[in-house]
Amino acid sequence: MTETSSHEPAALALENVGKRFGSVIALSDVSMSVPKNQVTCVLGDNGAGKSTLIKILSGVHTPSDGQMYVNGEPTTFGSPREALDMGIATVFQDLATVPLMAVWRNFYLGNEPTRGFWPFKGLRTKYAKESCKAELAEMGIDIRDTEQPVGTLSGGERQAVSIARAVHFGANVLILDEPTSALGVKQSGVVLKHIRNAADAGVSVVFITHNPHHAYLVGDNFYLLNRGQMMAEYTKENVSREELVKAMAGGAELDALAHELGAKG
Amino acid sequence: MSTATAVDERVSKASPLTRLMRRPEIGALMGALVVYIFFAVADQTGTFFSLDGTARWTDVASTYGIIAIAVALLMIGGEFDLSSGVMIGSSGLFAGLLMTEYNIGVWPSIFLTFLFAAAIGFTNGWLVVTTGLPSFIVTLAMFFSLRGINLGVTKLLTDTVRVAGIAELPDGSPRPGYESAKAVFASDFSAYSFRIAVVWWLVLTVLATLVLTRTRFGNWIFAVGGDSNAARNVGVPVRRTKIMLFMYVSMSSCLVGIISLMRLKSMQAGQGVTQEFIFIIAAVVGGCLLTGGYGSAIGGTIGAAIIGMAFIGIAYAQWNTDWTWLFLGLILFVAVLTNSLIRRRFQGARK
Ligand SMILES: Nc1ncnc2c1ncn2[C@@H]1O[C@H](COP(=O)(O)OP(=O)(O)O)[C@@H](O)[C@H]1O
Ligand SMILES: [Mg+2]
Repeated sequence: MTETSSHEPAALALENVGKRFGSVIALSDVSMSVPKNQVTCVLGDNGAGKSTLIKILSGVHTPSDGQMYVNGEPTTFGSPREALDMGIATVFQDLATVPLMAVWRNFYLGNEPTRGFWPFKGLRTKYAKESCKAELAEMGIDIRDTEQPVGTLSGGERQAVSIARAVHFGANVLILDEPTSALGVKQSGVVLKHIRNAADAGVSVVFITHNPHHAYLVGDNFYLLNRGQMMAEYTKENVSREELVKAMAGGAELDALAHELGAKG
Repeated sequence: MSTATAVDERVSKASPLTRLMRRPEIGALMGALVVYIFFAVADQTGTFFSLDGTARWTDVASTYGIIAIAVALLMIGGEFDLSSGVMIGSSGLFAGLLMTEYNIGVWPSIFLTFLFAAAIGFTNGWLVVTTGLPSFIVTLAMFFSLRGINLGVTKLLTDTVRVAGIAELPDGSPRPGYESAKAVFASDFSAYSFRIAVVWWLVLTVLATLVLTRTRFGNWIFAVGGDSNAARNVGVPVRRTKIMLFMYVSMSSCLVGIISLMRLKSMQAGQGVTQEFIFIIAAVVGGCLLTGGYGSAIGGTIGAAIIGMAFIGIAYAQWNTDWTWLFLGLILFVAVLTNSLIRRRFQGARK
């Protein structure tokens, strides 16, 4: 299996993984590894297969071919629950929130804090509301009322709820699928900082994005996915930001991107 | 959104009125008041308002309500059960046939009948989550199957379309266990003959409300109805939650079947058929969304109360009871309309 430099087994690894949906081949022969305590970025254009990749890592899909490893052990997840139970939490691109449910209920969905014993096991509603508010404040989001249905939040706020939830429950691995797509500049900064902090605190992070600038800011390793195949693999030491942008643009859109880069730089 | 924005958005709170109006069953509660006053005024006999009258309409409401609460929870979980009416008959017949044809004791028969109902509910739920077909279709198939089985098996075993002789043994002596079962499921209390079913109804309302709002399972019910995909992705056992809801509905129908059996001391093969829509009406009038993910248990209870008042109120107003169905149709439409208006007014982007 694929392993980077260190002797410690990778938190997550894929070996020659493929995924087909009927006749659609979303991923083929993908190998990658997510070293512990590092930020591993997966870059790629729309439709490259990034979301499919993370859905395999988080137990939503089972791979059609190949093998997944968790801490070096061959593992197959039957459902996202099994991944969560191993401390692998995910921010899905569709955010996986239930619009009609209150913010705090969404935050703790699937991991509700309870007290007492069956059949008198009750939700700790007061605690849940307060700690949810605190966790969101940590993300730089002031929710007026955690009783508010998630469907009434703005796209960015909803994304923040989903991220805060994953950060809270991702004890070992944190997977984020384009978490900054709906966020403003300041909020994106907060999220990027949290990604870095999580890695420094011992969490292994998988960060999916199509923004090479964001990736370069926080990433330790970079994978480039295109048309369902792994095109390249870099580490922070052996790639510059310009090279990463160029690799991702694949030449054609280079001028436009260089222009954008110039404007930002 | 709802209240005027204060300087600091963190301290601006929804007003108590807004919070009240956000409750899913608020429309039904106001409707129930209107209906109550309406029939109290239209009453020709002077009994609707009295304890006697109250005992009458709560009796009708209770047997509808016991199932309507379960149907409300199932609807919040995003599914329907059209076999909930026929299951009343199936359960009553099942228990009655065990007692009369197989000489099984009253209490063991009741116990086995609840197991039978759980199995039917499990089958409904398992078929829905496994085939991915709409529950409307799956339970419609179950409805027709049970309807056929009810008639077929009853005729086969008794040569009639009813099971009778629950209270006595063939030799005319009292059936052992019948009296105690009757006390639990079909006794009266107080001088105004309130029936024990009302107690079952109210206790189940409280229990279902607690489960829905104060437990992990309740959180899952809202989640699987609101967005089952999102629920699965954050680790909610979607299949198990839905199957348990179907089992709860079938077992509520079973409870009502046993109640009827104990009251009537017999059971018709056609019992319960067409009532499935009354439960759905009660749940919807009570504020449950047909699309799932929203509603309350107490809403189902209030919906059932409105229907109970209508059935009895129309009789007391000395109108032809045929008008009951027209009334139910209007109530359904007006209730859903007001519910959706209230939701839009007080909840912004909620669907
Ligand atoms: N459930 C599915 N059924 C069929 N095709 C799918 C499914 N999920 C993804 N795909 C296809 O796989 C490809 C990769 O999708 P995705 O992983 O979402 O890309 P990305 O996240 O990189 O934009 C797309 O062409 C998409 O249409
Ligand atoms: Mg994607």
